[in-house]
Amino acid sequence: MDFLRPRTWAEALALKAERPEATPIQGGTDVMVEINLDKGRPAALLDLTPLPELREWTGEGEMIRLGAGVTYSRLIAELGARLPGLAQASRTVGSPQIRNRGTVAGNLGAASPAGDSHPPLLACGAVVEAESVRGARLIPIGEFYTGVKRNALAPDELIRAVRVPAATGPQYFSKVGTRNAMVIAVCSFATALEPGERRVGTGIGSAAPTPRRAPDAEDFASGELDWDGRGPLDPGVARRFGELVAAAAAPIDDVRGRAAYRTHALAVLARRALGWAWDDYRGNS
Amino acid sequence: MRVSLTVNGRPMTADDVWEGESLLYVLRERLGLPGAKNACEQGECGSCTVYLDRTPVCACLVAAGQAEGSEVVTVEGLTAGAEPDSGLHEVQRAFVDAGAVQCGFCTPGLVVQAHALLADTDGVPQDADIREALAGNLCRCTGYEKILDAVRLAATRRHPSPSPPP
Repeated sequence: MDFLRPRTWAEALALKAERPEATPIQGGTDVMVEINLDKGRPAALLDLTPLPELREWTGEGEMIRLGAGVTYSRLIAELGARLPGLAQASRTVGSPQIRNRGTVAGNLGAASPAGDSHPPLLACGAVVEAESVRGARLIPIGEFYTGVKRNALAPDELIRAVRVPAATGPQYFSKVGTRNAMVIAVCSFATALEPGERRVGTGIGSAAPTPRRAPDAEDFASGELDWDGRGPLDPGVARRFGELVAAAAAPIDDVRGRAAYRTHALAVLARRALGWAWDDYRGNS
Repeated sequence: MRVSLTVNGRPMTADDVWEGESLLYVLRERLGLPGAKNACEQGECGSCTVYLDRTPVCACLVAAGQAEGSEVVTVEGLTAGAEPDSGLHEVQRAFVDAGAVQCGFCTPGLVVQAHALLADTDGVPQDADIREALAGNLCRCTGYEKILDAVRLAATRRHPSPSPPP
């Protein structure tokens, strides 16, 4: 195994082009588990932690550009108000020690269907900034996940940043697990209200081969909600929203839960999350 | 490969480090610092918690090469400002006094993580904050109540309540 330690981003891209089989490592919270437990041995590790530019985030207009090295702990502390859905999901990641190392970009690189960042990124329409020596490109989050632990990155590409729209309305993330820490989601759900667009965004985690949106649920709620009058949420609308979210999932039975349970729990999570978000929206009138 | 870093204030170098090796392995097996414990090797148990550049992390999830040039403080290094007679840091003393140590295996990780919590907290932390801070440190003996007592004890000793007005 080789340990590659670039001093600049340009050098990192050059190394990835030369060694496309190299595994990028940032917080190590996935990569080192694989190595420690001998589940896989990368040909090379490409250490991205020396690059200070990756540890920065910038607010470009209504978009936050989250560098690939920004840890969950810093996201929670510094961006909780502007990215509430992603910050809520970040608070449920592992433990303080894990959040001190892990990153959203690492979650994207691993592309586990259970990753906590994915539902809020889907719900708010984030964009992944990928780069190689051939140039940079923007990948809409809905096109990023291509299979179980597979993503749309080319072998020579690295994630430079994630562009996340600053919240324009209430956002919620909710997750089912056996305890309140150190939990890989049995299933999870995120929603984001965009009152200006009269849109409801959704993201489903750990209940399909990839994280995914629930487009029918989004269209239904966007059309049914009383955006102008800000009246109370019709329980029938909330229930139907939950059903449509559950219908968008394609869960399996595994060690963390049964498919039938995941489907049921998702409907509950979605119904509740929409209720919380709608109550916040009404409260802000 | 060679890895050079500062551990507990001393420059140290490890040679013949395998590229996939963890910081934990380097500390324990190459640098003679067995305080951080090796258990789950997947970040679940927190028994390998150390400070890496002043941030508590699971040493098992840091590739040794990533620690090149960094500053590591292990449980052995907490006693730099220790009580002169006991050689214990105040957090360690509180764990002993509160009976928060049974088999002792999880103790170094808990001590480092509790140390970090108290360094970030003014006064005595709320129970919910203690539980959150220690959520990634597993103990299989004591059932945690004594551990919570120890953290509260350490915090209270550091910030004694002001005496009531005469």
